[in-house]
Amino acid sequence: MTAAIAFYLFAGVLLTAAALVISTKNPVHAVLWLIVCFFNAAGLFILLGAEFLAMLLVIVYVGAVAVLFLFVVMMLDIDFAMLRQGFSKNLPLGLLVAAIILAEMLLALANWQPGTGVATAAAPGTAPPGMTNTQWIGSVLYTDYLYVFQASGLVLLVSMIGAIVLTHRKREGVRRQNITAQVAQTPANATSVAKPAIGGGVSLSKKP
Amino acid sequence: MITLSHYLAVSAALFVLGILGIFLNRKNVIIILMAIELILLAVNINLVAFSAYLGQIHGQIFAMFVLTVAAGEAAIGLAILVIYVRNRGTVAVDDPGMMKG
Repeated sequence: MTAAIAFYLFAGVLLTAAALVISTKNPVHAVLWLIVCFFNAAGLFILLGAEFLAMLLVIVYVGAVAVLFLFVVMMLDIDFAMLRQGFSKNLPLGLLVAAIILAEMLLALANWQPGTGVATAAAPGTAPPGMTNTQWIGSVLYTDYLYVFQASGLVLLVSMIGAIVLTHRKREGVRRQNITAQVAQTPANATSVAKPAIGGGVSLSKKP
Repeated sequence: MITLSHYLAVSAALFVLGILGIFLNRKNVIIILMAIELILLAVNINLVAFSAYLGQIHGQIFAMFVLTVAAGEAAIGLAILVIYVRNRGTVAVDDPGMMKG
């Protein structure tokens, strides 16, 4: 009973917040509603017995992705009122397409049966005895899915390098340390011997 | 009693809300990126629900990979957005013709 109440609470808030994400005027508010969405999805995951993914969702999505969104939205000073044009113009077509897709999905769901030999439990299953959800994930992720796991690390590396390369810009007039030039210095090209006449100075700007 | 179909219905509704978000905010690329995040979240709920009700862990593993790709996609998308705004001064994407070459 408590689980049912929790499910309807989490699901209701999740869908309401999702509707507000796509319909609110201010993008900063949209990001905040997105954070509400992620928290409620994490609640649904906990109801399903997937604690590790719930915590991952809070840490990765709320802690990193949503904050990244917030940074970009606040950093870019954009006239958002102009971007709202076409909102009501696109509304009928969007609602039509959304209703069609939702009807299709619910029809498929209503007629769906598990395949032969596949049993769906009445309640969410838990980890095998003597094992937590996290241990269970680890025992499969680092054995059966080791190469995919490494590949997903590579995906993150490539996206990190891509984001840096895309947003980095070289500014003119900024002096940077050139380590190659420093190491390549020799006494021959860095020093010069001057023989000034007595009473005469040396000109520092004169190259040897 | 909450069954698998309940979770799948929530996931389907969230997915459709994401698609609706792309339709409604066709100019605002920031909201489009958020709608894509909503779609990926719906996919994750689907995977985790099947994983829990089938008693298998593989769905949760794949949800983790989806999470990874979503994080990378958000980073790249926002980086592209930043250089787009730097060049054009707006996030309106109804006329992205300058993006070609």
